[in-house]
Amino acid sequence: MTAATASATSEPSASLGTGAVGDPSGAVEPAVGDEDPRPLTGRAAPWHERVIEIGLFACAGVSVLTTIGIVAVLLGETLQFFGEVSILDFLTDTQWTPLFSDKHFGIWPLLSGTLVTSGVAIAVALPFGLLAAIYLSEIASPRVRSLVKPSLELLAGVPTVVYGYFALVTLTPLLQHVVPGLSGFNALSPGIVMGVMIMPLISSLSEDAIHAVPQSLREASYGLGASKLATIFRVVLPTARSGIAASVTLAASRAIGETMIVAIAAGQQPRLGIDPRQPFETMTAYIVKVSLGDIATGTTEFRTIFAVGSALFVMTLSMNLLAMRLARSFRGAL
Amino acid sequence: MTMLVHEGQPTLLPRLSASRKRERVERTDGVAPKLRSRGLRAFFGKKEVLKGIDLPVAAREVTAVIGPSGCGKSTWIRCLNRMHELIADARLEGAVELDGRDVYARDVDPVLLRRRIGMVFQKPNPFPTMSIRDNVLAGLRLTGTLARVRPAEVVERALRQAALWDEVKDSLTQPGASLSGGQQQRLCIARTLAVDPEVILMDEPCSALDPIATARIEDLIHALSDRYTIVIVTHNMQQATRVSDSTAFFLMGELVEHAPTNQLFTSPKDRRTEEYITGRFG
Ligand SMILES: Nc1ncnc2c1ncn2[C@@H]1O[C@H](COP(=O)(O)OP(=O)(O)OP(=O)(O)O)[C@@H](O)[C@H]1O
Ligand SMILES: [Mg+2]
Repeated sequence: MTAATASATSEPSASLGTGAVGDPSGAVEPAVGDEDPRPLTGRAAPWHERVIEIGLFACAGVSVLTTIGIVAVLLGETLQFFGEVSILDFLTDTQWTPLFSDKHFGIWPLLSGTLVTSGVAIAVALPFGLLAAIYLSEIASPRVRSLVKPSLELLAGVPTVVYGYFALVTLTPLLQHVVPGLSGFNALSPGIVMGVMIMPLISSLSEDAIHAVPQSLREASYGLGASKLATIFRVVLPTARSGIAASVTLAASRAIGETMIVAIAAGQQPRLGIDPRQPFETMTAYIVKVSLGDIATGTTEFRTIFAVGSALFVMTLSMNLLAMRLARSFRGAL
Repeated sequence: MTMLVHEGQPTLLPRLSASRKRERVERTDGVAPKLRSRGLRAFFGKKEVLKGIDLPVAAREVTAVIGPSGCGKSTWIRCLNRMHELIADARLEGAVELDGRDVYARDVDPVLLRRRIGMVFQKPNPFPTMSIRDNVLAGLRLTGTLARVRPAEVVERALRQAALWDEVKDSLTQPGASLSGGQQQRLCIARTLAVDPEVILMDEPCSALDPIATARIEDLIHALSDRYTIVIVTHNMQQATRVSDSTAFFLMGELVEHAPTNQLFTSPKDRRTEEYITGRFG
C-alpha cells in the first residue's frame, strides 16, 4: 500500500519537472484533456485491465503450484520409500513381489511390461502414422484431407476404457486364432490398440512437420528431375526428420503413461520378458491395482506406487523434454 | 565432325544415350531454336496469367526475360520445364517444344523432361540436410543415376563450372546451408549442372545476392552459355544487357517484344518497351 502511494506521488512530481508550467496538480493533468488531448503521462489502460491481468496470472499460478505440489508429494513419498527399501534393489532386483511375503522390489518386471506394450504400440503406430502423414500432406487432395484428418483424430478421442475392453473381449480372441500361444491377457492386443490410439498423434504432428518443409525444397527436387516418391523420401522426410522424431517421442511417452487399456487387457503379472504373447503388468497398471486395492496407506507396500510413479514420471518427462528439443532443432533447421 | 560438344572433356554422364547424342548435334547447328513456346496460355484457377506467348529460345544463347512484377515471367519459365503444373489449380494451353517436340505431349514424362531442363530459383535453396558434396550429387541420387558416374569427378567438375570449387574444396562435407547466400546460389547452379541438363532456367537468380556475388554469377552465366541454353528472368535491366544475347519483354501476360538484347535496349520497336526500359513504368 505504501509503495503504491509512493509511486502515485512520485509520478506527478516527475511530470511537474518536465510538464506544464505552474500546474501543481500534475496527477490530474491527463484528465484535463482540453489543453492536451493526447497526454503521455497517466495510465492508458483502465483499472479493470489490471484486475483481469492479475486474475489470469493467478490461474496460471494455480496450475504451476499444482504441478509443484504433485512433484513434491511424489518426491517426498519416494524418498521415504527409498529409506525403507534400497534404491539398489529397486534398480537391480529382477522380481517385483511387494505384496507377497517374500518381498522383492525390482522395477524391471514392471518396466518390461511397460516397454513391451509401448513397443508394440509404437511398432503399429509409427509406420501407419507416418504413412498417413505423408499421404495427407503430400498426396491427398485438399478435400480428401479435410475428411480424413478429422476422422483420424477421432481415434484419439475414443475413451481408453472402450479401447481396453475392445482389446480384451474382441481383439484378443481374434488374435488367438492367428497367434499361437497367445494368452487371454497379453501385451500384444493392448499394444496394438494403444498403437491405434496414438497413431493420430504421430500422423498429426508428423504431418505438421512435413507440411513445414519449405515448398522451395520440393521444387528444387522436382527441378532436378526427381519423381514425387524420391522427393518425399529423400528430400521431404529427411528435412522433417527431427519433427517426426519429436512426434514419435511424444506418442511413445503417451503410450508409456497409458493406464486403462493395459490395466484391462495386459494382465497383472509382473514379468521380466519380451514375449508380447504373455501377460504383463505395466507400471501404470500396478499403480491402479494398488490404489484401488485394500492396502493400507502409509505402509511400504503402499509407497511402492510412489516409487513406481516417480520412475514413470522421470521417463515421460525426459521423453517430453527430448521431444521439445527435437521440435526446436527442427524449427532451427528450416 | 561437329559431333559432341563434350569431346575431349570428361563427360559428366558417360553413358549418354544415342538419341541424346543426336540431339546434341542438332543443337550445335544453331538454326532451330532449342525451345519454343507456342501460343502458351497459363491459368491460375480462372485467372489467365499468360495470354498466348510465342517465343523461341535459341540454342546455346542466353535469353533474358524482363517485365514488371506480376507480368508472368516466372510463370512462363515454369511452364518450360512443366513446373507450373505442380501448383494446385494451375492450368495451361498451347505448346512448349524442346528440339521440336512438344513437352506437353501425352507420352512425355515431366520427370524425365526436367532432367534435360534444369532450374535455378530466386532464393538459394540447397537441401538443408545434405553436405555440400551431397547437394551437388542430389540430382543424380534423386534420379537413381549416381551409380553411373564417378561421384568425386562429378562433384569437382560441377563445382568448378559453378566457380565454387576453390572456395569449398576443403569443406565438401560441411552442410550446404553453411555457405553464404552467393555461395549457396552457386551451389544450386552446380547441383543443376551435375545432372547435365541441356537448358538451364534461372528465375531472378541474383535478386537475393549482393553486387559482388551477382557479378560472379553473371560471369558464370556467360561462361556456361557456350555449352548450355540459358533462360534468365531478371528485374535488373543492366543485368539483361550484360548477360543476354536476346531479350524478351513481357507485359501483363503478353510478349510485347523479343529482339537481340542490344537492339531491344537501344532501339525498341514497341512504345511500351521503350517506356519500360526508360523507367517510365514498372
Ligand atoms: N500460385 C499462384 N496462384 C495464383 N496466382 C498466382 C500464383 N503465382 C502467381 N500468380 C499470379 O500470376 C501472375 C504472374 O505471376 P508471376 O509470378 O509469373 O509474375 P512475375 O512476372 O514472375 O513477377 P515477379 O517479377 O514479381 O516475380 C501474377 O498476377 C500473380 O498474382
Ligand atoms: Mg517471378
